[in-house]
Amino acid sequence: MSDAGEAVVAAVRAVAERLERERRHLTDLDSAIGDADHGGNMARGWAAAAEAVADVDDPDPATVVETTGKTLLSEVGGASGPLYGGSLVFASPELEDGITAETAVAFAETYLEKVQDRGDARVGDKTMVDALVPAVHTFKKSVEVDDMEPVAALAKAVAATQRGVEFTVPIRASKGRASYLGWRSVGHQDPGATSTLFIMEELLDVATEHAEASGDLPDHAESPTIPDGEVTED
Amino acid sequence: MVGLVVVSHSQTAADGIAEVAGEMGGETRIVSVGGDGQGGFGTVADDIEAAIDAADAGDGVVVLVDLGSAVMNAEVAIEMSDTEAVVADAPVLEGAVNAAVAATSGKATVESVRDQAEAARGIEKL
Repeated sequence: MSDAGEAVVAAVRAVAERLERERRHLTDLDSAIGDADHGGNMARGWAAAAEAVADVDDPDPATVVETTGKTLLSEVGGASGPLYGGSLVFASPELEDGITAETAVAFAETYLEKVQDRGDARVGDKTMVDALVPAVHTFKKSVEVDDMEPVAALAKAVAATQRGVEFTVPIRASKGRASYLGWRSVGHQDPGATSTLFIMEELLDVATEHAEASGDLPDHAESPTIPDGEVTED
Repeated sequence: MVGLVVVSHSQTAADGIAEVAGEMGGETRIVSVGGDGQGGFGTVADDIEAAIDAADAGDGVVVLVDLGSAVMNAEVAIEMSDTEAVVADAPVLEGAVNAAVAATSGKATVESVRDQAEAARGIEKL
């Protein structure tokens, strides 16, 4: 049994619990500019995924991620199935050799590539891509350029995701159901970007716990959620 | 013979569009699929894959779709299915009618049926 596989199972369960708590919140966001199904679809899909991955014998990361994606594809009746589920299935082989900084970056990049390809969306379209692009780019840069530990890099990526979510508020939707509203979509936060942030936050929590439990979290990796160059004054 | 699949967020809409297209489609297999599988609106890749396999009579399938997730789930379904199938970039109802007529030709191929479905993009009503 792989520790990393168990951690991914725990992450899927944590995401499922979080999305159940956020069901109403996501549905409210989606009611404003979409078809009001995002909260229910995500909560139901990830709950089914958590059940499915709990049944995987001797779980390894790639199999757990692939199982999650396939379950979302068959359980989520909407765009979230192909976007979240299909992309997880597509990116899962990147984790076949386990989870390292290198494979995690490859996984994130492949996932992003598939989401953008499938949804034909770019930054500024007011979709989950607005959250995912800064998340993946920040993660990659933190690992490859700044030589950060994966968990610290993930914390920076979560902060970048948060800023991406905020970026969706003042812009006009050009993809997805919200695009039918035109200018009336301005001023509303994108539900898909928001659920992407929730998933990222849960991944960070589980990755932090896993790193602490296995003793490989270095002293300097204390959730640097404040981006470089910004100073907080209390 | 080339088969057709009509995908809508609403099973009722998909059924109705398939009925309208079927009036012109002779022996063409037209399978309708829609809904989120829970009684609500949406589309599910697995269900579309099953519809594609059911519509195939050996010469492939053209898939007509309505909005957003129907396009994405149809693409995923085609990737999963062993049947030769393509999505037509066409309005779902007019495209389905055009495709049904095109499919009755003895020389019809997946490409010729898709092209006729896509020709519906230029239909003027007034």
